[in-house]
Amino acid sequence: MAVLVLAEHDNSVLAAATRNTVTAAAQLATGPVHVLVAGQAASAVAAEAARLSGVEKILLADDAAYAYGLAEPLAALLISLAENYDAILAPATTFGKNVLPRAAALLDVAQISDVTAILSPDTFVRPIYAGNALATVQSTDKRKVITVRTTAFAPAADGGAAIIESLSAAIPVPRSQFVGREVTRSERPDLTAARVVVSGGRGLGSKENFLLMEKLADTLGAAIGASRAAVDAGYAPNDAQVGQTGKIVAPDLYIAVGISGAIQHLAGMKDSKVIVAINKDEEAPIFQLADYSLVGDLFVELPKLCALLSGAQG
Amino acid sequence: MKILVAVKRVIDYNVRVRVRADGSGVETANVKFSMNPFDEIALEEAVRLKESGAATEVIAVSIGPVQAQETLRSALAMGADRAILIQTDEAVEPLAVAKLLAAVARRESVELAILGKQAIDDDANQTGQMLAALLDWPQGTFASKLSIENGHAIVTREIDGGLETIRLALPALITTDLRLNTPRYASLPNIMKAKKKPLEVLTQAELGVDITPRLVTLKVEEPPKRKAGVKVADAAQLFDKLKHEAKVI
Repeated sequence: MAVLVLAEHDNSVLAAATRNTVTAAAQLATGPVHVLVAGQAASAVAAEAARLSGVEKILLADDAAYAYGLAEPLAALLISLAENYDAILAPATTFGKNVLPRAAALLDVAQISDVTAILSPDTFVRPIYAGNALATVQSTDKRKVITVRTTAFAPAADGGAAIIESLSAAIPVPRSQFVGREVTRSERPDLTAARVVVSGGRGLGSKENFLLMEKLADTLGAAIGASRAAVDAGYAPNDAQVGQTGKIVAPDLYIAVGISGAIQHLAGMKDSKVIVAINKDEEAPIFQLADYSLVGDLFVELPKLCALLSGAQG
Repeated sequence: MKILVAVKRVIDYNVRVRVRADGSGVETANVKFSMNPFDEIALEEAVRLKESGAATEVIAVSIGPVQAQETLRSALAMGADRAILIQTDEAVEPLAVAKLLAAVARRESVELAILGKQAIDDDANQTGQMLAALLDWPQGTFASKLSIENGHAIVTREIDGGLETIRLALPALITTDLRLNTPRYASLPNIMKAKKKPLEVLTQAELGVDITPRLVTLKVEEPPKRKAGVKVADAAQLFDKLKHEAKVI
């Protein structure tokens, strides 16, 4: 079984999610694993992908049409390559979720979304109902099209030496056009790959108070997440949202501050190794799955915790 | 411009979903069902486009059992002009849903389709992208802002790194993210009016679409439960536990 992985990148760096997807591909594959790097001036990404352990070949499609990762040209490219592969995988990130179903439909394949375990070449586990149930599904399609929940697979390490093969130019897709991007700049670790995540909720009360989360994150070298309520209220940017329809995280340590713990939020963080919840409402559902529950006023406890943490490092 | 909006009847988002003891699925008996929240956002956006004069008609489409008529009546009460139910008791997978919607979109000559980005039951996040593919339309998924200008849809999308804006030539497909709008509540007069709006019932056979599933669900089970944790009295005790017991700091 030959597997193709669609790489996620920004034309200069390979996104961490690609590494987890390659691990899933290696579990599934009985034949070669290839990685498709489609971008513009993305040879550095191809070189990075070529070092991934377990990858045999990088397909580099370098063309202006692929510069911004738009779904239309990427899906067209994927279907032009599909006949060589038994499975096509992408990370279940906003990038993979946007592109892969389009390719699946063109291939007349039922995509299997957000796979958390591969049981056999045609049988997979995926969460449904915000992770309140796990479905084991068997695909009857000849070709498998799969998005991978990255937190369920370890990142592939370096150590490979894949060959890089260049593909011919793209067919332009003029009906979809990139206008611009407002990327949230942050020196912090990537939310989905961070070892420690601190998340704030509505309990913080204002955008100004949400800065307390910055202080906490600083002391831990953590990424900052947020509940939907905090994002809707404008305390935090949309890309910080953790939950069923936002980002899925599974860090070593997750600290939820002022988050009550709606089902939809828990879906995004309940696989974290250690969960801490700080909330003044002792009935908050988040306490039902927290390893350490601190019932108290976050405006009192959070500064104290920050002081202890910075003392510990100093 | 006609707009197609797909609405799915799902277990209400406030319901704590329970897995059936025999592993065949989740408990649906005596459970509250509602319109998928992302579809409410889709419908709201379509109705606003009509109110602003950018659209002429909003057609709500659902696929499901006879009870999905209630979901469509809610859509009509929110402002859809008419409704189509493709009635089936079978479980219909996203690919088949996309094929059915594509058939309706062609039949009705719609120029814009707005779908929720995902349904909160199967969490597949596929149907919109598949519909765009089958119609060979450009797609703007996970939209947090939408405007129609000179035959184009300008879409701001929520992406992992922040926001992205793209420009799509109509006809086009949009899927909605949470922050696109806040759906209205249907007023009582509009709920009454909705009862008189047209609701057409079709079958997949009439649309000439094969909805045979491609996936077999072998079992549905509960995820492993986390064991109950401990209460800590204050920040100092929390710090101590994290450092010496959990050893994560």
